Amino acid sequence: MSDKTPIIELRKVDKSFGPIDVLHEISLKVHKGEVLCLLGDNGAGKSTLIKTLAGVHTPTRGEILMDGKPMAFARPKDAQEAGIATVHQFGGTFPLMSIGRSFFAGVEPTKGFGPFRIYDRKKANEIAVKAVQDFGITRIDDGDRLVGGLSGGERQSLAIARAVHFGARVLILDEPTAALGVKQAAHVLRIVNEAKRRGLAVIFITHQVMHAMAVGDHFAVLIRGAIAADFRKGEKTREQIADLMAGGESMADLEANIEGYMDTHEGHPPVPTN
Amino acid sequence: MPFRGDNAMTDATQNNSGPASGFARMLGMFRRTEVGAFAGLLIIFVFFSYFGWDRNFLSPLGAASWLNFASTVGIIAIPVGFLMIAGELDISVGAMVPASKIVLAISVGFFGLNIWVGILLTMLIAAGIGWVNGMLVTRTNVPSLIVTLATLFAVGGLTLFFSILITDTTQLGLTDADTDAASEFVFGTYHTLRLGGQNGLTLWQGVQSSVFIWLAIVGVCYYFLHVSPWGNWVFALGGDKESARNAGIPINRLKIGLFILTAVAASIVGISETVLSNSASTTTQFTMIFNTIIAVVVGGVLLTGGFGNVLGIAFGTTTLAIVQQGINFTTFDRNLSNLIIGVMLLIAVLMNETFRKMATNWSSAKK
Repeated sequence: MSDKTPIIELRKVDKSFGPIDVLHEISLKVHKGEVLCLLGDNGAGKSTLIKTLAGVHTPTRGEILMDGKPMAFARPKDAQEAGIATVHQFGGTFPLMSIGRSFFAGVEPTKGFGPFRIYDRKKANEIAVKAVQDFGITRIDDGDRLVGGLSGGERQSLAIARAVHFGARVLILDEPTAALGVKQAAHVLRIVNEAKRRGLAVIFITHQVMHAMAVGDHFAVLIRGAIAADFRKGEKTREQIADLMAGGESMADLEANIEGYMDTHEGHPPVPTN
Repeated sequence: MPFRGDNAMTDATQNNSGPASGFARMLGMFRRTEVGAFAGLLIIFVFFSYFGWDRNFLSPLGAASWLNFASTVGIIAIPVGFLMIAGELDISVGAMVPASKIVLAISVGFFGLNIWVGILLTMLIAAGIGWVNGMLVTRTNVPSLIVTLATLFAVGGLTLFFSILITDTTQLGLTDADTDAASEFVFGTYHTLRLGGQNGLTLWQGVQSSVFIWLAIVGVCYYFLHVSPWGNWVFALGGDKESARNAGIPINRLKIGLFILTAVAASIVGISETVLSNSASTTTQFTMIFNTIIAVVVGGVLLTGGFGNVLGIAFGTTTLAIVQQGINFTTFDRNLSNLIIGVMLLIAVLMNETFRKMATNWSSAKK
């Protein structure tokens, strides 16, 4: 396997639910150590695309390749076993469980023999805390603390560290910064950079252009289920990306329209019509 | 010399345990709801010990009266607590207890099966009903309160129907010949232990077999929930179902298993009461539903799921039993016990909710 082969590649993937086409001929490639930012407004098909990658949906047409080999995911577990991990907006963690227990949910480390295997709390806590600290979150130092006591950014970091620990090679981050404040979002962006440095392929879904530009190497804008633009870092400005996301309609034009309306209507903005 | 040594050791442990030591650890202890449940039990116990002192609340026979009551509620409350931690509820236990009694009485008293065969049959039928509960909840996604409300009435109706159809009565009995010494010893007799003969020290007197079954279940369930790796699955299931599924936990099988466990626990109570009293009635035990839920909530299990402790549930059960039975040992009006239970339940729910808020708002900014 050369470095030229993308870890994950989509070739002309279509997905339709009955008569409704949600995705049209999506083709994407993500290489090792690369962050692909998937931008798009609400309803553009981002969630369907993630779910297709994560094995929740199977593509109607087209193929998903990993390391150049075509894959067929019948269930989410298949995708997980192939190394695709999805981290959702709220981190997918259990607020009332300890950090150690939550980190190892479903794959608890045990000690002892046969039917008398017991949950190894100490080992779980040590590994979980180390995994998170390796990502630069040094404030997490006690594996017995409850996940609910962590900040939103720390929870995201815990979930990402968990995915990486269990062998993820492709990390799908579904709007990880959407519910976070500025500082917490910066936290998560640092984690994304760390995952990239470790050679993971990251698919970062967002509609915040600033966050995308901070970590992305490669950008794809999704409009009504199709890729409207596909470009590398530095090829487009922030304004251009925002315009693309707004469906090709220029934000600047929109603003000019509103200003023009206000000029002729004694300074109040247009009344929204229902 | 020993004093110095002790001092050095405390210092060393404090240094080693780092940030979680001292005050933080003490605070951490009060973040555990079972400690709150134990504190509640202590208050109620001291209160009734004082007001019931003259009427033998603490005598072996007096203690047996509330322990016996606690055991029948407690055996069911623990699996009901598991379900609540996992985010579900089972109120069909109110019909499971009389159904088990009738199955045992018909199979042994009417058809003359061996008592152990009857016990096994009763447990198998209970497990089957638990499986139906679990399948209905996991397949239909209807809230378990409604599903088990439906099975509560369905099982209650079937019990009455079959009892009348087969035996033409709703009150059935066993004779002494139906049970053997072993089954009575394990399921239904009064145990007394005196050290040093008839006038010696009485350790316990008039304690039902179900108390020992309850203690055994507390031990096994504590191991399951807090020591074995599977307990983690129950907490994860109640914490966030989707995440638990994504983490590879077989959530449907686990849930069905918990419903089966609850139904079998209810059948154990039915078997125990039948063997003890040699009689069975079809009457649905609605109070059992409320008692188990109160015991679980007073025991510190969150109504929203995801948190709880087996010892807490046992403390909650004992507290409930002391209030229910202990009132008879005082000069207070018996009817006031329900008032106390109502107030206690309200305080417990508020405390549990406060706990949840504290746990989820405990920001890391403190350090």
